[in-house]
Amino acid sequence: MSRFLKLALLASTLASPLAAEPLGLGRPATPEEVAVWDIDIRPDGLGLPEGSGDVATGDGIYTEKCSACHGVFGEGAGRWPVLSGGQGSLTDARPVKTVGSYWPYLSTVFDYVHRAMPFGDAQSLTDDEVYAITAYLLYLNDEVDDDFVLSSENFAEARLPNEEGFKPDDRMEVEFPAFSEEPCMTDCKPEVEITMRAAVLDVTPEETAAKEAAEKAEAETPEPAAEEAASEATTEEAPATEEAAAPEEAPAEAPVEVAEAPAADPAMIKAGSKVFRKCKSCHQIGAKAKNRVGPVLNGIVDGPAGAVDGFRYSKAMEAAAEEGLVWSHDELSAFLADPKGYMKGTKMSFRGVRKEEDIEALIAYLRDASE
Amino acid sequence: MTDDNQNGPSRRAFLTGAGAVAAGTLAGKASAQDDPAIAIKPWMQELGDGVDVSPYGMPSPYEEDVKRRTVEWLTADPVSSINFTPIHALDGTITPNGICFERHHSGVAKVDPAEHRLIINGLVDRELVFTMEDLMRFPRENHVYFLECAANSGMEWRGSQLNGVQFTHGMIHNVQYTGIPLRLLLEEAGVQTEGKWLLAEGADAAGMSRSIPMEKALDDCLVAFKMNGEALRPEQGYPVRLVVPGWEGNMWVKWLRRLEVGDQPWHHREETSKYTDLLDDGTARRFTWEMDAKSVVTSPSPQAPITHGPGPTVLTGLAWSGRGTIPRVDVTIDGGITWHEARMSGPSTPKALHRFYYDFEWDGSPLLVQSRAHDSTGYVQPTKDQLREMRGLNSIYHNNGIQTWAVDADGKAENVEIS
Repeated sequence: MSRFLKLALLASTLASPLAAEPLGLGRPATPEEVAVWDIDIRPDGLGLPEGSGDVATGDGIYTEKCSACHGVFGEGAGRWPVLSGGQGSLTDARPVKTVGSYWPYLSTVFDYVHRAMPFGDAQSLTDDEVYAITAYLLYLNDEVDDDFVLSSENFAEARLPNEEGFKPDDRMEVEFPAFSEEPCMTDCKPEVEITMRAAVLDVTPEETAAKEAAEKAEAETPEPAAEEAASEATTEEAPATEEAAAPEEAPAEAPVEVAEAPAADPAMIKAGSKVFRKCKSCHQIGAKAKNRVGPVLNGIVDGPAGAVDGFRYSKAMEAAAEEGLVWSHDELSAFLADPKGYMKGTKMSFRGVRKEEDIEALIAYLRDASE
Repeated sequence: MTDDNQNGPSRRAFLTGAGAVAAGTLAGKASAQDDPAIAIKPWMQELGDGVDVSPYGMPSPYEEDVKRRTVEWLTADPVSSINFTPIHALDGTITPNGICFERHHSGVAKVDPAEHRLIINGLVDRELVFTMEDLMRFPRENHVYFLECAANSGMEWRGSQLNGVQFTHGMIHNVQYTGIPLRLLLEEAGVQTEGKWLLAEGADAAGMSRSIPMEKALDDCLVAFKMNGEALRPEQGYPVRLVVPGWEGNMWVKWLRRLEVGDQPWHHREETSKYTDLLDDGTARRFTWEMDAKSVVTSPSPQAPITHGPGPTVLTGLAWSGRGTIPRVDVTIDGGITWHEARMSGPSTPKALHRFYYDFEWDGSPLLVQSRAHDSTGYVQPTKDQLREMRGLNSIYHNNGIQTWAVDADGKAENVEIS
């Protein structure tokens, strides 16, 4: 141990009185090494990389990489986090906590998207892409206009509406006095009544075997009644657990058998492969395809519904499969145009393909890529 | 769902039969008559497995019901989700490693310890990088602490919802950690005077990050690599995690890869958007780190009904506080008209689970069972209604209200709320 280090330690006011001298373990981290992992951003802008991104660019990236889970307008799909709206709802019975309504600092958005998004492909976005997505999230929350450009220059000026909505933990001052009185031990009340029972809601998971039996028995019912009851009774965010935001969403359905393909138009297939980009965050197709958020799509066209091994379909899809649904051109077109409208209860939270020609191209691509 | 199968099916069948016949003092006594358990059983005659069969032992197959469970509808997918410790089936205070609840934000990181590094950077005299081997050369300590998710019981704010203590209170575990006092690592790097905050960051795909005040970091935090004597389980942060005693579980960053010293908190997602407590007036508390004193009866409970009929009955449960020890737990079986001081048994150390018992003669009438913890600061566990009055219904986190189980004449239990 060098004399210099000893002196440095003595000078450190935070070292406890008993602080031993450093053991000399580990080695100095180089600035380059620190830079690889040191990606955190603070509200005062510390850590913010140089760069910029505009709303329109953010729209494109968001649509491709985020919207499947978070919804095209940040409205959230299924239980994935809602990112926009909810302003003024924090005192409502069902507050909607979003970037616009709840998050105190924009730096948090940048930091989080940068470190953890897209879900399952963290740290794949460039700094400029993160600027663009952050700008777009501001736009979705009506905080900026569509020509807004967010950059390392103007970042510090951006303020979120709920910055002042937070206060330090005051439980010890506010709650402790009320929660530290000697409690009653005898004759504490004249009578007792049950005011609520968990069994009424019936949202407790059953043991697996029992559950499977029950599911079989009610295969025709679309969605678990329990889910509604549950969200009715819980906080909207669901209990506890606050999902980490995320891109992938649930998916579609699809079978394994290879279907016979009508004459394929190369241009159409190519167009379809472009449309398929919307599906890619959840679905794979081709020789090496695996189930992801959605099932593998090989052989989907003219194949049976709900038939991919190892994929857990919605009850609605399982019921359709049991009834023998086949993804003929017409059925598949109808499903792709409006998944939720076609099949209430499907896990595929994709909003649907709007243009008919895109659907035709997509189906052509799905046939082709399966081969 | 009951835990009586730890005695095997035959004992269970016997007890059910005997309970019907022999009420009162005879209940549960092994009268020799026609007891099929008293016979020459296969295991009394045949040879069992040798010492080479289970190099890493697992519980008896009769215990297969004692496992973590999830609630599928809680989250969008199982990767960013949570499961629950089967506390209804456990006793004592230590949680076995394999059934400690899991909460991940991007799944379990599969970290190769040889490829793992811990970096300390920021406002320090020396930015350092440690290998696991380096860390093993620091003086280490052993401490038992509970880890409770801030959202434990979070589904119950609006009322009774989940019928099982595993689901209402199972986001908790209690193990003995072996680790390095975080203070030693910080001293090794030399925290500068302005260094008032620490950012802890994980190596998972969520890059989990939380701001921790330096005072706490220098107090009792550990950088731990063992739980209950063996390496951390992957789902608990193998090869190394932060231990932040008494504070909400989300801060106990797993797969710990970096500690940055700064002069201000970072206000990252898990301390702004999440893990803040929205109150009735629309404001939210932030940095609500400490876990308030709490207790719950684990048996009887919906997953652990009374199966033996009237007579001597053991009521048991867990109690804990993020601010100290639990010197006292009160128990009621009549819905709070009369309370009894429970019997504490087992070690009593700060910020660790405590076990309590109330042994009573059940007359077979319906019960309303509750427990109420007192911690060493004088805090008394509040009722759920007291909490709601303070915070409203949308706090999500830090629900430490008193839990009620209604036990019917058959011994079955249900999650209820009472007047």
